[in-house]
Amino acid sequence: MPTFVYMTRCDGCGHCVDICPSDIMHIDKVTRRAYNIEPNMCWECYSCVKACPHNAIDVRGYADFAPLGHSVRVIRDEEKGVIAWRIKSRNGETDMNLLAPITTKPWGKHIPKLADAPEPSQEMRDSQLLYSEPKYIRMDDGDIHTLKSNGLTMKAGVAY
Amino acid sequence: MPKTIVEDNIDILVAGAGLGGTGAAFEARYWGRDKKIVIAEKANIDRSGAVAQGLYAINCYMGTRFGENNPEDHVRYARIDLMGMVREDLLFDMARHVDSTVHQFEEWGLPIMRDPKSGTYMREGRWQIMIHGESYKPIVAEAAKKSADKVFNRICVTHLLMDDAKENRVAGAVGFNVRTGDYHVFKSKAVIVAAGGASNIFRPNSVGEGAGRVWYAPWSSGSAYGLMIEAGAKMTQMENRIVLARFKDGYGPVGAYFLHLKTYTQNCNGEEYESKWFPDLQKMVGKEYLDPELSHATHRPIPTCLRNHALISEVNAGRGPIHMVTMEAFQDPHLEEIGWHNFLGMTVGQAVLWAATDVNPKYENPELTTSEPYVMGSHATGSGAWCSGPEDVSPDEYFWGYNRMTTIEGLFGAGDAVGGTPHAFSSGSFTEGRLAAKAACKYIDDGKAEGIRISEEQIERRKNQIFKPMEHYKVYRNEMDEYAGGSTVNYMTNDKLLSIGLKKLKLLEEDLEKVAAENIHELLRAWELKHRHLASESVVQHTLFRKETRWPGYYYRGDALKLDDENWHVLTVSRRDPKTGEYTMEKAPCYHIVGEDE
Ligand SMILES: Cc1cc2nc3c(=O)[nH]c(=O)nc-3n(C[C@H](O)[C@H](O)[C@H](O)COP(=O)(O)OP(=O)(O)OC[C@H]3O[C@@H](n4cnc5c(N)ncnc54)[C@H](O)[C@@H]3O)c2cc1C
Ligand code: SF4
Ligand code: SF4
Repeated sequence: MPTFVYMTRCDGCGHCVDICPSDIMHIDKVTRRAYNIEPNMCWECYSCVKACPHNAIDVRGYADFAPLGHSVRVIRDEEKGVIAWRIKSRNGETDMNLLAPITTKPWGKHIPKLADAPEPSQEMRDSQLLYSEPKYIRMDDGDIHTLKSNGLTMKAGVAY
Repeated sequence: MPKTIVEDNIDILVAGAGLGGTGAAFEARYWGRDKKIVIAEKANIDRSGAVAQGLYAINCYMGTRFGENNPEDHVRYARIDLMGMVREDLLFDMARHVDSTVHQFEEWGLPIMRDPKSGTYMREGRWQIMIHGESYKPIVAEAAKKSADKVFNRICVTHLLMDDAKENRVAGAVGFNVRTGDYHVFKSKAVIVAAGGASNIFRPNSVGEGAGRVWYAPWSSGSAYGLMIEAGAKMTQMENRIVLARFKDGYGPVGAYFLHLKTYTQNCNGEEYESKWFPDLQKMVGKEYLDPELSHATHRPIPTCLRNHALISEVNAGRGPIHMVTMEAFQDPHLEEIGWHNFLGMTVGQAVLWAATDVNPKYENPELTTSEPYVMGSHATGSGAWCSGPEDVSPDEYFWGYNRMTTIEGLFGAGDAVGGTPHAFSSGSFTEGRLAAKAACKYIDDGKAEGIRISEEQIERRKNQIFKPMEHYKVYRNEMDEYAGGSTVNYMTNDKLLSIGLKKLKLLEEDLEKVAAENIHELLRAWELKHRHLASESVVQHTLFRKETRWPGYYYRGDALKLDDENWHVLTVSRRDPKTGEYTMEKAPCYHIVGEDE
């Protein structure tokens, strides 16, 4: 179900072009508006819809088997950390508003810059541990699981 | 001719930054403080790969800190689901680290639902936890951006560069910018390929305009396989394609429906149908793999492929369609909301389709069907490169120095790229990226990447190859469906069909030399096709090699309709000679993790 663009709302800003994972939102050179150049390679992932500052992009059914007349619209707000959806069916009987959080923290602030984290020791380098382990694996401050710690061994052959 | 842009002195190049690649770039900075870390990604890492639209669940989480599971429990689960054929060293390793990945995600702001009573994460099933994951990908991308020196978005990586000084050692990668058309050369000491799995290897059920509405994303071009196969890396379990039972036409996921909403399936007459196919199926695969009584008593899952088999057989017997019974669960408004959120969070297209066709699951039970096959290595199947495991777990046959390193020196994999590691999913793929990054840093620190030389000849040769389609005229046809067990032939194939398939794929390979691209966007599609072609050939070679039906419900060898543990309880390993294109196939032993006294 490919995207299409409401020409009167689009100002050619290119946000959709920048984000589409399929590289199919392009700007028409004559009209200077965005359009989907390859509808049969659209996943309806809504990445472009969410990125458009003017809500100019919508998604319709497949021309070959889905009828028109429904709508699934979305507004995503990074500042507020929420996404709001509205689903309306073709016959109007389903009309739902759904709200979900997209993050619990101010956007990007709690992701560490690992260049500033303390350097790993040689012992850590020689171990099987990754950054922030073992603390983050377990609550009991035990070390990482090994075959030995868990009383296991690897055996060739058939096992179920 | 296009402009050439060279990025030199890279230590770690991440080719493809979905879940595996972002994990690799993030972690590489911790172990490689002064290292130059570069990402080359064909889309924009904020929304690229299989998680572009988000996810509603993290499907791999042990919960060790809540006393829920140990890594070996997950290994046993993946083992039975894949009918025994997994790399248990890699799985154990992924599972023992995956919780730390998930705990970090939560700290970064990914909303993970919690059980209000116990305080643990809300479980959808034994391994799955529920999230509000619309922004899963932008969040992990943020982490990768904080670690990487440079992110090159919109670079389609077409080939790996090989060292001209030392045989079988990687030296970087090349590709082109899908917007400017510039030729990009990345000279790097180590490369982590995380370019994802493959959709559209087999003809999709939806054709025409609906062709993009596939299960795995249409941009999953099998590039991880194309890149590594072309360079001569060994591959494993490429025959192990996956077929999915999903909501019809929209491919809406069913996990939360089964596990959380407790919906169930029935045939057109409203009957349970699965169990009546089990006696016959047990004759095909043996009681060891299908024992409904044991499964009932111990909660050992029935392998997914066998459940598919029951669905396919019931439809063939004329009692389709198969319905998902939603009408009961959806009477509860809370569950109804979860049902819709589940789609909006990861497969919006299903919500669009139901809205367009007036399907309201509260008043009607929607249809399920089986998909066309997919080739990938992180969801519920394990195709990919043959990689070294970790030193403290792997037996000799599975270990050659660096964790997640392929059989090419300095070339690492993560996520779909790595073979034998099903059920890693998003969290496990990110974790594998982290493991590969640590190992790649060690590889460089150990001096293994000294003295790399890349000749001008190699750079020029690749450039000419990449832009050749701009001068040509031919188009592509898909031969996989009829010959290698696609959905139009009910997943059936045999020796003869596969041999014809191989022959046709060779013709296609010749034609692909003449594939035409009118503009840079088409050049992207041309290279995606070439990567898919390499992956396809590998799938057929592997399917031909394994003379048994190991996974009924995923595909059938009509000439060997039984599971054959005596001859085929082994992993299949292939190598395509980069010079001649000839394949060699071998069997590798299947090691299982068992109790010390077993
Ligand atoms: C519909 C669906 C539902 C799923 N549900 C769940 C779920 O509920 N829970 C869960 O945990 N997991 C789920 N998964 C699985 C999860 O998404 C994957 O396991 C995971 O994303 C695999 O990671 P990866 O890095 O291997 O591939 P991807 O994340 O797909 O990343 C591959 C990257 O490589 C890039 N790339 C490809 N080719 C090239 C090239 N030639 N040059 C440069 N870059 C390239 C792509 O653009 C992409 O960014 C689901 C997947 C799908 C499709
Ligand atoms: S819905 Fe996704 S695939 Fe389709 S045009 Fe928009 S961003 Fe691209
Ligand atoms: S993001 Fe919206 S306004 Fe901007 S070019 Fe795309 S459709 Fe037009």
